[in-house]
Amino acid sequence: MRLTCPNCGERDRREFYYVGDAVALQRPDPEASDVVWDDYVHNRDNPAGVTRDLWYHEGGCGAWIVVTRNTVTHEVLGCELASKVKEASA
Amino acid sequence: MRIDGKGLVDRSQRVTFAFDGQPVHGYAGDTVASALLANDVKLVARSFKYHRPRGVMGAGSEEANALITVGSGAQQDPNIRATQQEIFAGLETRSQNRWPTLDVDLLAANDFAAPFLGAGFYYKTFMWPKAFWEKFYEPIIRRAAGLGALSKQHNPDSYEKAFAFCDLLVIGAGPSGLMAALTAARAGAEVILADEDSLMGGRLNGDAGDVGGMGGAVWAAQAVDELEAMPNVRLMTRTTVTGAYDQGTFGAIERVSHHLANAGGRPKECFWRIVAKRSVLCAGAIERPIAFENNDRPGIMTASAVRTYVNRYGVAPGKAVTVFSNNDSGHKTARDLIAAGVHVAMVIDSRRDAPDSGDYPMVKGAEVCNAGGRKALESVTYRTMSGEEKVATDCLAVSGGWNPSVHLTCHMNGRPVWREDIQSFVSTDGMIPGMTTAGACQGSFSTHAALREGAAAAGAALEALGMTVGAIEVPAAEDAPYNVTPLWAVGGKGRAWLDFQNDVTVKDVKQAAKENFRSVEHMKRYTTQGMSPDQGKNSNVGALAVLADATGRGIPETGTTTFRPPFVPVSIAALGAGAQGDGFAPQRFTTSHKASVDAGAPMIEAGLWYRPSYYPAAGETTWRQSCDREVTMVREAVGICDVSTLGKIDIQGADAAEFLDFVYCNMFSTLKVGRVRYGLMLREDGTVMDDGTTARWGESHFVMTTTTAAAGPVMRHLEYVHQCLRPELDVAMISTTEQWAQFAVAGPKSRELLNTLVNEDIDNDSFPFMGCGEITVQGIKGRLFRISFSGEHAYEIAVPARYGESLYRKMVTKAATMGGGAYGMEALNVLRIEKGFITHAEIHGRTTAFDVGMGRMVSAKKDCVGKTMSERPGLHGDEREQLVGLKPVGPVKQLTAGAHLFDVGAEPTRENELGYTTSVGFSPTMQSFLGFAFLRNGRARHGDEVMMVDHLRGVTTRCEVCDPVFFDPEGGRVRG
Repeated sequence: MRLTCPNCGERDRREFYYVGDAVALQRPDPEASDVVWDDYVHNRDNPAGVTRDLWYHEGGCGAWIVVTRNTVTHEVLGCELASKVKEASA
Repeated sequence: MRIDGKGLVDRSQRVTFAFDGQPVHGYAGDTVASALLANDVKLVARSFKYHRPRGVMGAGSEEANALITVGSGAQQDPNIRATQQEIFAGLETRSQNRWPTLDVDLLAANDFAAPFLGAGFYYKTFMWPKAFWEKFYEPIIRRAAGLGALSKQHNPDSYEKAFAFCDLLVIGAGPSGLMAALTAARAGAEVILADEDSLMGGRLNGDAGDVGGMGGAVWAAQAVDELEAMPNVRLMTRTTVTGAYDQGTFGAIERVSHHLANAGGRPKECFWRIVAKRSVLCAGAIERPIAFENNDRPGIMTASAVRTYVNRYGVAPGKAVTVFSNNDSGHKTARDLIAAGVHVAMVIDSRRDAPDSGDYPMVKGAEVCNAGGRKALESVTYRTMSGEEKVATDCLAVSGGWNPSVHLTCHMNGRPVWREDIQSFVSTDGMIPGMTTAGACQGSFSTHAALREGAAAAGAALEALGMTVGAIEVPAAEDAPYNVTPLWAVGGKGRAWLDFQNDVTVKDVKQAAKENFRSVEHMKRYTTQGMSPDQGKNSNVGALAVLADATGRGIPETGTTTFRPPFVPVSIAALGAGAQGDGFAPQRFTTSHKASVDAGAPMIEAGLWYRPSYYPAAGETTWRQSCDREVTMVREAVGICDVSTLGKIDIQGADAAEFLDFVYCNMFSTLKVGRVRYGLMLREDGTVMDDGTTARWGESHFVMTTTTAAAGPVMRHLEYVHQCLRPELDVAMISTTEQWAQFAVAGPKSRELLNTLVNEDIDNDSFPFMGCGEITVQGIKGRLFRISFSGEHAYEIAVPARYGESLYRKMVTKAATMGGGAYGMEALNVLRIEKGFITHAEIHGRTTAFDVGMGRMVSAKKDCVGKTMSERPGLHGDEREQLVGLKPVGPVKQLTAGAHLFDVGAEPTRENELGYTTSVGFSPTMQSFLGFAFLRNGRARHGDEVMMVDHLRGVTTRCEVCDPVFFDPEGGRVRG
């Protein structure tokens, strides 16, 4: 598997550390309900198809990256800096 | 027998090697198989299950019979294909799966018990008694059935892993592969051409036809020369591409030095990961046998293999060769044999409309139905409309048609499709993104089609990459039709072999169908068809055709089994190259490592780090004696300990303080410059993640320490919090763990020691408890932190790593003159337990700030990671297991970690369990074992007695529950 780090270019997946769904970027308000926090911390979809998840370029520049990929075809559809994604959603 | 004047082997270089201890003579360029055939050695192996005599069947990686063991002792390699192993002087080879010898194999008795040993035999027979399977049946079966064996010794050979990158990867260097590589290379693309043979050219080296007006092998050699001279081309011989993976990644195994008498420091094999923007598969096709009774006799080979031995190696595999074919390529073999002066006894063509071609005896519409001779072929019997005839022959060349090598195209879940006209499965476009196929592997079997398609495929691939391809001239070559008529198995009573390597017969497949294992995947598992090292390369299609016939379905409806990587067996040693021995885990050494080893300290692993356990002094015979002495030394004088393994993270930026407020549960923005604070970090789910001290070095500059174990995870977490949650904050961070050597100087005489080394005056005003600042040590700028993990008046001093060893040795020498010295991990652990300091034994991923007694550290004035979730119901209150101290009060004085707690008088059962111990140690200061435990509602139970029960070690100790801070709870000593 190859991922294109927005800073470093296309790299082998061994350079990256995987954490999980990019939903992690949408941290709820501290006062949000238990249900909202429960969803945020624990509950994840497991789609057969397009998914967005977070990878850390640990063996490279240290960037956190939102990777859009297809779990069925293994296609990698896009890699964006997580900070840019977060700033755009703010 | 050698044929004069034929072949590409070097007749000027005679090479002698050993097969089963006997010397065998060949020439440079020979394989073990070609050299054995040249010496008329027909019997080379015994089969997997029935120990049937077997001979060489093919000429490449698809070989099913001729598996040998190469080398001996720890370096022996089993199951090497004799058709691929090149010979060299001193090469040692052995046959496999025979006892006592290849010629006299007593286990061949299995063959006569064959009526009982068919598909499913083991499953049905060895059912009872159940306990007999593991101890009795399985060992016997494993001894009787099998291939080669490993030595079970440590493998001393070296293996390697490597990456390569290119615009175009061409897999296979036959006519289509060479043409594809030439086309792409001439257009300037970065090309990798990989071929599993030692000599590029594929069938051009094995067949007699011309290409571009010269011999095919000559044309191939010229093409290779041209490619070799180009800087944008990497030629990889002896390299099998084994798998196709995501995003243009391919696995490949290179046999680097299997063919060399002296490897000269080269690895035995190298596993490559090749990353290609585009790829062209030119893997060719594998000729398939036809099943008939005794079709596994030594001397029965594929027709194309016979041509290869004649044309490439100059070897006649028999004196009187018979050909059995259902397509035109069998006739090619007959013509090549005659051209080489080898007698062709008969050509038996199953097609009634077979072309009359050539000057050899031929019978049309006939089928070979049996073979005579046991250890070598003596005759074949063929059946015509008018009856059976026998012909004396010592070699039978069989062609049942060709199976395109579609394996790689199916590695990403694609399924090949059936083509009726060529009676074969072929791939379809797009099965591997970026890959196209050319030549025989897509069902185009003429040489000219291969050349043509190779050029076209490379041209298309380059155009897709935006490169310009010049005009391509395809050389002239034969373009003959294939004309196949299906024939999979000849009817008859006896056993007819499909999978030679796993001893699967037509009867086995039919029996599977009869027992309702009708799906091809079920049939495979019931009969073991295609499950041996060759993965059924030349037998799977034949077997599923027999299954299709037995179940009354068509071949496309029956389908294929799943093709999975690797295409050929890959040794685990190559896949794991670099990870043997010390390479399994990198070692991290502190700057004081050598000094500690010099002092005789046993080293213990802490993650990848090595840290001293204790420093044995003269007369000490147990670790406890050393540990007790070191603890007392720190309490009474001064001790030195390397703490460089703790993570150090430099954090800077205008918003650094705000950032720390968000990652730590307690407040850091109120910390004054020049001061240090203990911080607790939570995971977002409210569990404690890590702890450590952070110093405010400047208004917008902090220096954080993490625990040794969590240095990496905390660094990752900080970057996560910044980039993913708070990118608006102006802050940046970097790990400086390796850059600073840092030492704890602990004990009542610590300041006195430092004042002999440090230029500045250190006193309670310049460095009060939890103060920090820059210092100078003999002209070197360093950092001093007045922090303590022992409860004593203590410091941590840091200097750039290159001065670490020198400073350490100086401090230990100085300490020794003051009644102090170095202390190790054991003493450090006892000191921190005495003082009630936690480590990852306590913050082990299931405990909260509340549990460890730091609930009030979670600041109410601000948000932080983990705050909301730490307030969840269930994470507070009486039901939680809370951190407490334990002291033994009964007759048993021992505490153990990992033991369970029960009320006095309660049964020590799971239902009654109230908690567990986490850290224990013997305190020489208190003259008692001390321990930490998590006890339900523990903070309300100080003064109570509980039972500690270690079921595993058989220890039961009556304990008093107390505060976890055993020593100097007022903290007078740290402020000293």
